[in-house]
Amino acid sequence: MTILARAIEVTRRYGDVLALDRVSLDIKAGELVGLLGPNGAGKSTLINLFVGLRRPTSGTVELLGGSPQDAAMRRGIGVTPQETGLPESLRVGEIVDFVSAHFPEKTDKGELLARFGLDDLVRRQVGGLSGGQRRRLAVALAFVGRPRLVFLDEPTTGLDVEARRALWDGIRAFHDDGGTVLLTSHYLEEIEALAQRVVVVGHGRVLADDTVRAVRDMVGVRRVSLVAEDLPELPGVLGSERVDGRISLITTDPDRLVVELVRSGAPFSDLEIRPTTLEEAFLAITSKETAHV
Amino acid sequence: MSSLVVAHTRYLLIEQLRVPISLLASALFPAISMVAFVVPFAGQDPAGATTATGSLMFFGAMSGALIGLSIAVAQDRELPWNPYLRTLPAGPFPRFAGRVLSTLVVMLLSVIPVLLVSALFTEATITPARLLLGLGALVVGTLPFMLLGLFIGFALSAKAAIAVSQIVFFPAAILGGLLLPPQVLPEFIQVVSPYVPTRGAAELIWWATTGAGPDAVALVMLAVWTVAIAAAAAWAYRRDEGRRFT
Repeated sequence: MTILARAIEVTRRYGDVLALDRVSLDIKAGELVGLLGPNGAGKSTLINLFVGLRRPTSGTVELLGGSPQDAAMRRGIGVTPQETGLPESLRVGEIVDFVSAHFPEKTDKGELLARFGLDDLVRRQVGGLSGGQRRRLAVALAFVGRPRLVFLDEPTTGLDVEARRALWDGIRAFHDDGGTVLLTSHYLEEIEALAQRVVVVGHGRVLADDTVRAVRDMVGVRRVSLVAEDLPELPGVLGSERVDGRISLITTDPDRLVVELVRSGAPFSDLEIRPTTLEEAFLAITSKETAHV
Repeated sequence: MSSLVVAHTRYLLIEQLRVPISLLASALFPAISMVAFVVPFAGQDPAGATTATGSLMFFGAMSGALIGLSIAVAQDRELPWNPYLRTLPAGPFPRFAGRVLSTLVVMLLSVIPVLLVSALFTEATITPARLLLGLGALVVGTLPFMLLGLFIGFALSAKAAIAVSQIVFFPAAILGGLLLPPQVLPEFIQVVSPYVPTRGAAELIWWATTGAGPDAVALVMLAVWTVAIAAAAAWAYRRDEGRRFT
């Protein structure tokens, strides 16, 4: 399968800070890849290398078979601007026209705006848009030049549930037509809903790169939930939360946790052990990594 | 490539003309000075009124070139829109050219009020050929100030650029004899005046519009300043590129 973007043994330093440490990654045509990692893990640096904003300190970055620094290669990609930076005094239609002027192949303006629910706002100035409308415009701009590969950095941050679902539909439609997507998100639910492949980045390295399911299973973390007033200190707990009197504990070793719980004699009821969500898996992978350092 | 320059210029112009405060800022002060000082005191003297018109037009143009451009460039660098533009399939050139061209257009628009006041209320006279020549001299004369605007914009933050460009602007205008003609300036200023680029630019404009023989030292110094500031602007540009895009 064709490789659209590739990083080979890429290292990137900012002064003394090592942002990426010998990262290798292939994005193949037709994939929808979720890039996960805490802030400062190296996600943005990796995307900045792929879209040509930064150069690697060592190693090679390829985009559509060439260098991301080459404008001709960037004709095949789409990038989302941060919506806070959109030019306030321009109208929605004018921004789309301006961005399209850069591409030989363009998506029809009306069709594009309709796909992102912006068709009534063609003549509205950006300054008069709501936060959600700006976000949708920013994401729409990534699709203006009929890209083969789009980079979506936090595409639905700050959107309500309905708007988020609508945007997901837009991204899925692009992917169903053969488009390739590299997506970062704070919402693990989003990666779970959209991505087939997940790349977990932490401390500048790729910690895991597999299917959503495999990443979840790989770490073998489980969610132990129960109803209790108060719990003693328990071993191997990676995270916990209490919702309506029900306590959820995330652990790599549910058996030992339950044994310790029973041994402590603390009263509890309604014990439940479930496989984790991607969020919990992610928490486990990155906290393991922190423990090593 | 040229169609991209047009696209960038167009969008930067729309942006500036929809929020015309900077245009007003550079147009208003010289126009008011025309009405308040030139019309009553030199309005009846054709040569004096023509020279003063040239000086105040340049004053407005220079404000657009130096203050306007430095703030616009410094603000651009701080907005996340700017790195987004770098991901589009074009190098930094169309954006840069668009910024300079749109500044030039706004600058030429901002000198119109002074020209109108001069034509309607003073005895200033000019032939169409000299008017065109004068506008050409105006553009050439603002070149070092556009470069200075770029230098400040690439070297400093937006807040610092606002302050520094103003601090440079007013003394340069006074020393160059834009607000008061060089002949009436205090002696020590007359000594310094030919060595500041504003004086060279003013001499060039006076020469083009009235035919008055220019001060050779001032013209040479204008060329020296232009080359020196161009080097400084290029340095600041490369430094900024190195910081943000390597």
